Amino acid sequence: MLSYIVRRLLWGLVIIWLVTLIVFFVIRLLPGDPLLIYLAQNQDINSMPREQIDALYREYGLDKPILVQYANWVFNLLRGDLGLSITYRQNVGKLMLERLPVTLHVGMTGFIVSLVPGVLVGLIAAMRRASWIDNVVTIISYTGIAIPVFWLAYILIYVFGLRLKWLPIAGYVSPFEDFWLSTKHLIMPVICISLPGIAATARQMRSSVLEIASQDYVRTAWSKGLAEKAVVCRHILKNSLIPIITLLGMRIGFIFGGSVIVENIFAIPGMGRLLVGSIFAQDYVVIQANALIMAVIIILSNLLVDISYGWFDPRIRYD
Amino acid sequence: MERLLEVKDLKTYFNTDDGLLKAVDGVSFYVDEQEIIGVVGESGCGKTVTQLSVMQLIARPGKIVGGEVIFEGRDILKYKPHGEEMRAIRGGKIAMIFQEPMTSLNPVLTLNQQLSESLMLHLKMNKEDARKRAIELLRLVGIPSPEARIDDYPHQFSGGMRQRVMIAMGLSCNPKILIADEPTTALDVTTQAQLLELMTEMVERFRSSLIIVTHNLGVVARYAKRIYIMYAGKIVEEGTCKEIFKHPRHPYTIGLLNSVPRLDTVGKRLVPIEGLPPNLTNMPDYCAFLPRCPYKTEKCRTSPMPDLRDVPGEGHRVRCYVDIAEVDNVTVK
Ligand SMILES: Nc1ncnc2c1ncn2[C@@H]1O[C@H](COP(=O)(O)OP(=O)(O)OP(=O)(O)O)[C@@H](O)[C@H]1O
Ligand code: SF4
Ligand SMILES: [Mg+2]
Repeated sequence: MLSYIVRRLLWGLVIIWLVTLIVFFVIRLLPGDPLLIYLAQNQDINSMPREQIDALYREYGLDKPILVQYANWVFNLLRGDLGLSITYRQNVGKLMLERLPVTLHVGMTGFIVSLVPGVLVGLIAAMRRASWIDNVVTIISYTGIAIPVFWLAYILIYVFGLRLKWLPIAGYVSPFEDFWLSTKHLIMPVICISLPGIAATARQMRSSVLEIASQDYVRTAWSKGLAEKAVVCRHILKNSLIPIITLLGMRIGFIFGGSVIVENIFAIPGMGRLLVGSIFAQDYVVIQANALIMAVIIILSNLLVDISYGWFDPRIRYD
Repeated sequence: MERLLEVKDLKTYFNTDDGLLKAVDGVSFYVDEQEIIGVVGESGCGKTVTQLSVMQLIARPGKIVGGEVIFEGRDILKYKPHGEEMRAIRGGKIAMIFQEPMTSLNPVLTLNQQLSESLMLHLKMNKEDARKRAIELLRLVGIPSPEARIDDYPHQFSGGMRQRVMIAMGLSCNPKILIADEPTTALDVTTQAQLLELMTEMVERFRSSLIIVTHNLGVVARYAKRIYIMYAGKIVEEGTCKEIFKHPRHPYTIGLLNSVPRLDTVGKRLVPIEGLPPNLTNMPDYCAFLPRCPYKTEKCRTSPMPDLRDVPGEGHRVRCYVDIAEVDNVTVK
């Protein structure tokens, strides 16, 4: 088990290294120059003395050959220094520390919200197969899978924000500051992030439960005289969660992908918003750090998923 | 004497895409206290569905459409399938073990979890007592070092061992009847024999009755007191084990006997029954065995499905127009 985790972590490092490589070189292929974009937004470049611009290039290390830049970046990374943002003129580590908790707050809430109702709804639909509940669930979940997130977001903003005025339409408040207000801010973004997940989980769960319910060992369970509740909770549920868990890792990726869109629509100051801003500004350092952190999160959560898998399915061996 | 279990004119149909499938069509049989009976027939003749109907474990698209299942004097088909009364019988008074040892145990629960739940449900034991009892049961069915293995999962056991666990599970609550649905079919011959021996020994110890369901007449020959032969959803012959083996009266039974290896036929060729069992949807109204029957007469073709009729011999009944004893002196070829 321990050697499995160590091996997985080592692989994780290799993947992260590949991610740094791709991100670093791909963004540099884009036309344009981050420093010039930054300067152009703030002052008249034409009147700036040449030496001052060159000094800036040197400050960011952009005067060096690209391979040297990469080596420097990796070297600094290993020392725990994520670099200096060009646009924000701040340490990127500090920038991320401000934004990461926000994204985790929204993302994790969205993740949990997409899971629990999805599992429950799918379970109920399967147990009451071909009833009106099942039909309603089927229709809603297909709709949920098909609706684009941004469209849903604008509908929600229009209805609950502008018309009914129940919820704030944008912004973020830390739950430690004002829990209630923070939750109100969270509702619409979380719905947008989690709806496709709820719908997909419900569909998967429904078919998984249907398959498990027809297994021989479930017939054995019925033949013992167990009540429906016991058959479902002890014998069907755990087995039908196994395929759902396999897909959890992927779902975490979707959640972070979705947060990029949602954070921008709802003006939430998280990593997704920072990422889009940095791409427009071609702020290499921020984009790199952002991709790196997301990769780490996704790799770690996938490892967690695979470990929890063993708890659900004793047939899995970690070797 | 009152029968322990008496099934009368049981009918279980499946509503399939190809039409109504009469899997069990008017089956009657009984079991007395501590009696061992055999139900024998080819694959697909409705053996499993009959037994599942007794337990009221028929799921859609199947439906029990008629008949009575009288257990200890009461028609248990009148109970709601998932009501309290039926659940108390299921697993508590009538237990069933299934065909597939590899898939009949839950892969994600330990033996202890699977054995204890019945004990806690029917015998109202607490966790510790149930565990102790479960260990004892595993020892009884011959699982080595049960204390160490009770927290193992099914995949850590071989097929034969799992079927032993199933036997322990079936008998755990001291049922009046144990239904063993082809308990040994999936296993090798040696294991089969051991398990049959074990099972009969165990039901004697627990004073339970045993219904052995099988497609192999040889399996029941040694243990069953009476035998029912099933064909296409109906009983076609019934009688004591002796009668059936000495004086088989139905052409199908004769065919079955000829296809079973037996001590007195060693060296002779086994003759399988020619043809295939009929499709249970759209059954003809004449004798279902006619297309495969070597004894058929004109009467069989023009008359409806024969009824079970009494023939000489204790409790011997057969569903056939022809008196084969007269036609053919050598009953078993
Ligand atoms: N769920 C179901 N849906 C439709 N038809 C079914 C269903 N279960 C059983 N049947 C049909 O009922 C008939 C009897 O099946 P059953 O399982 O009782 O046969 P069996 O005698 O136990 O055979 P085997 O020796 O293969 O176990 C078969 O023709 C089968 O196709
Ligand atoms: S009734 Fe006729 S066809 Fe049917 S089994 Fe008897 S002899 Fe054969
Ligand atoms: Mg069967």
